Amino acid sequence: MARATVLGRLTWRVATVAAVRDETQNARTIVLDLPDWPGHLAGQHVDVRLTAPDGYSTERSYSIASAPEGNRLELTVDLLPDGEVSPYLARVLSAGDPLEIRGPIGGWFVWRPERPEPVQLIAGGSGVVPLMAMIRTREAGGARAPFRLLYSTRGPEAAFYRDELRRSSENGSGLSVTYAYTREVPQDWERPPGRVDAGLLAQAAWAPEREPISFVCGPTGFVENVADLLVSAGHDPARIRTERFGPSGGQP
Amino acid sequence: MGVIGTVSPGFFGRRRAKAPDLPPGQYLTEDFPVLSAGPTPRISTEAWSFGITTETGEVRRWNWAEFNALAMERPTVDLHCVTKWSKLGTTWEGVPLETLLAGVETSAEYAVAESYGGYTTNLPLEDLLDGKAWIAVRYDGEPITPAHGGPARLLVPHLYFWKSAKWVRGIRLLNDDEPGFWESVGYHNYGDPWREQRYWGD
Repeated sequence: MARATVLGRLTWRVATVAAVRDETQNARTIVLDLPDWPGHLAGQHVDVRLTAPDGYSTERSYSIASAPEGNRLELTVDLLPDGEVSPYLARVLSAGDPLEIRGPIGGWFVWRPERPEPVQLIAGGSGVVPLMAMIRTREAGGARAPFRLLYSTRGPEAAFYRDELRRSSENGSGLSVTYAYTREVPQDWERPPGRVDAGLLAQAAWAPEREPISFVCGPTGFVENVADLLVSAGHDPARIRTERFGPSGGQP
Repeated sequence: MGVIGTVSPGFFGRRRAKAPDLPPGQYLTEDFPVLSAGPTPRISTEAWSFGITTETGEVRRWNWAEFNALAMERPTVDLHCVTKWSKLGTTWEGVPLETLLAGVETSAEYAVAESYGGYTTNLPLEDLLDGKAWIAVRYDGEPITPAHGGPARLLVPHLYFWKSAKWVRGIRLLNDDEPGFWESVGYHNYGDPWREQRYWGD
């Protein structure tokens, strides 16, 4: 098992919101200024702490969306209608506001630019966020590892970073992007809406013989399904890294 | 910890009239999220066994039938995951670690739980004793599903839930502490939720 960079004590820092921008109807990117940010690895996350006027506070974890770049950090927050924290981050928080951050956290679900092997990224919904950090880190550092992203969303409208992904996959840098839609497909789309299955994986993902490292991130059911498909297709489970989030969806 | 946070303008939080007593930084979920670092191993009970290995290399091993013939307890416990969710009043069935360690000759002070699929997590041996830990085979009256760590998982509810190793296949007893999987990549070596020991240095 790879060891991570050694982390010192992680203290709470007060970031300032530099800007916000909508990614979709329900998702927003928050650009943060963080003095003395130590940098981070692609795939890591931060803890966010909100405090109410009466002193009540609550914490959540959010993946970092941006490549390491000085004191700038970007998070993309998907609004969960009955959430306690995401509605505030995605609707209320504005430029100039403070936001408490602790991190970076995580040393397993990370990609380091010096790794030479092909990389297979598979995202379900907002699971694309830490994978985008990997794509951006690769691009920023001119890394050579070939990247494939398979990105499953409800429909085209729900996809984050669409323009940037189009540019990055058209600039000849060795990134290819395949979209999979579960509910609504554009006109003349070659596949009916549905879950990622073995056929799509065989078509869109690196073959096991290429010995890629795979990063799969999304809701639990999505990750369970995709990780199982990868193993069935002959990928070594030790080369599949997963990050599951959200409700378990059913009986444990 | 202990610092009053910066007030978040326009944030009021959930109504907290009867908030249960949760460890710092945790929130309540009714759900049962799944978090794992890789694909879910699927281990048949025919292939399953559980062993305790002492610091001198002696091994005691149980197959599924032998293990299920042991006396089980039904602990109802609260779970606290380092990713911030807490789930209260979960009911499990399992064999207390004392039962498995009875008659094992050891002077070890540390233990590493080892799982099918390669996961490991470390803890002081005393945290496995005195009714604080079980090898659980049922959750909510049903066999534990693979996604939640079945056929059997370690249950150590007084520590963050990553210490409750899924797909457990054994415990190794050690004279010296040996960081496990998450403990090697930035997570706290001990992981007491009430002291918010999430990460290195907490």
